[in-house]
Amino acid sequence: MSTSQTVTVRLARNRFLLDEEESHIEIDQEVCRSTGTGKRLVAVCPAGVYTEREDGTIDAEYAACLECGTCLAVAAPGALRWHYPRGGFGVAFREG
Amino acid sequence: MTSPEPDFDVIVVGGGPAGAVAAHQLATAGLSVVLIERGETPGSKNLSGGVLYGRVLDQVFPGFAQEAPVERRITRHVTTFLTPDSAVSLDYRGGPLADPVNAVTVLRAKLDPWLVERAEEAGAFVMPGVRVDELLREPGPHGRPQVVGVRAGDDELRARVVVAADGVNSFLARSIGLRPQPPEHHLAVGVKAVVRLPREAVEDRFGVSGDDGAAHAIVGDCTHGIGGGGFLYTNTDSLSVGVVLRLDDLLRSGRTAIEVFEDYLDHPGLAPYLRGGEIAEYGSHLVAEGGLAMVGDVHTDGLVVVGEAAGLTINSGLTVRGMDLAVGSALAAATGVAEAIAAGDVSRDGLAAYRRHLDESFVMADMRTYAKAPAFLERTGMYGAYGELAADLFRDVFSLDTTPRRHLAKVALGAFKRSPVTVRQLVSDGWAGVRAL
Repeated sequence: MSTSQTVTVRLARNRFLLDEEESHIEIDQEVCRSTGTGKRLVAVCPAGVYTEREDGTIDAEYAACLECGTCLAVAAPGALRWHYPRGGFGVAFREG
Repeated sequence: MTSPEPDFDVIVVGGGPAGAVAAHQLATAGLSVVLIERGETPGSKNLSGGVLYGRVLDQVFPGFAQEAPVERRITRHVTTFLTPDSAVSLDYRGGPLADPVNAVTVLRAKLDPWLVERAEEAGAFVMPGVRVDELLREPGPHGRPQVVGVRAGDDELRARVVVAADGVNSFLARSIGLRPQPPEHHLAVGVKAVVRLPREAVEDRFGVSGDDGAAHAIVGDCTHGIGGGGFLYTNTDSLSVGVVLRLDDLLRSGRTAIEVFEDYLDHPGLAPYLRGGEIAEYGSHLVAEGGLAMVGDVHTDGLVVVGEAAGLTINSGLTVRGMDLAVGSALAAATGVAEAIAAGDVSRDGLAAYRRHLDESFVMADMRTYAKAPAFLERTGMYGAYGELAADLFRDVFSLDTTPRRHLAKVALGAFKRSPVTVRQLVSDGWAGVRAL
């Protein structure tokens, strides 16, 4: 077995405090599609939060987010609304 | 109508090294300070590669490396050019790096709570688990909007000055148009795992003992030629291992950050170090690599910006720095803010005291020295061809296959001729490197 494992296994080692009421990620599918933002999100996100369906729709699994903000840095204006989760929620590093 | 009295002299947003040290200094100066941190506990949102150049922190907390939860003192720096099947390294070991302490490895979820405790001890009020949603602004005495506090959910807190130590995404400064979103070639994504290993294995594999440790910087095949590089740092009983990938190059490559990270961890050049290790945690961090070009405005009416939020990071190729610059900027900010409050002028003119102290400090001196480093590191030879060239040269030197030996200069010339590197590129990159680093 390789050291790297899969992203799912790696994320499973982390502690997350899931905000069940509120996602901190919102995608504007129209803007995402017309600007090609979807593929960029998939390429850069280290947590694999973003996946693209066959019809080009982008899904965001916000519970896995590591909160780095890289997605926001590569998104076309208006394609993505990304903020930090509410206070106390989200990833909680024990190593960091 | 007069504004309500401020609740505190200063609100510090963010409990990393910048925020914690700013809060500590301001509280020590006798000001009332609240430190607001969005993580459930300080440090729980914070992540870095792991090397802290600690001399400046030692000025704030003398002997911190003995008291604070740091991992290892780095006495061995290794820089490696990796190709698919070979590695060429520059390996510096130095006793003088151990005392006084120069660089230490840290795990931020352990170090940052200690720093925040020091601020609390000095009298700062710490509010964890609270996300600041926006800055409060009102018309100021000079007719410009003045930052007068923050809103968090339904609560408003008012202060004379807000210190934005909210990290690389710099939401607060961006929300009022103080700082622009950096371009992609100035940003990189850091992807990291902490890999658990027995203490003895760490020491045996990295050739260190006691509290000493090693820091490896790796370029070349480890990122598939994508601008950036890999790192491998020793903690007490774990390794911090990961890659930093420039976003413009990553997007051009057609690869994903996940795939590059996994290939890096499974690279034959890394395997002997990681063997048998278990991933304990996986994280990522956006890295600002624009250097001086990304600093720009760091203060306005009622607000100062410190640390990564102010674009204060340096990648010189050999050293990657953020935390020491964060601490340096926090010291400048605390002095400047205290002066502005004492003078009764917290407008952007009064808070220009922060900028002056920052400009005079080692922080901006180093930012200026390495101003050309980002453009230099964007040159592509660093990440592929030069590593291949060096590996080719050393293979010829060490592989004695009964063919007659040739003098080193001829071997080097032969390797150079086989490489795609041109004389012009070598001279151009060499000269740029001499000037930039």
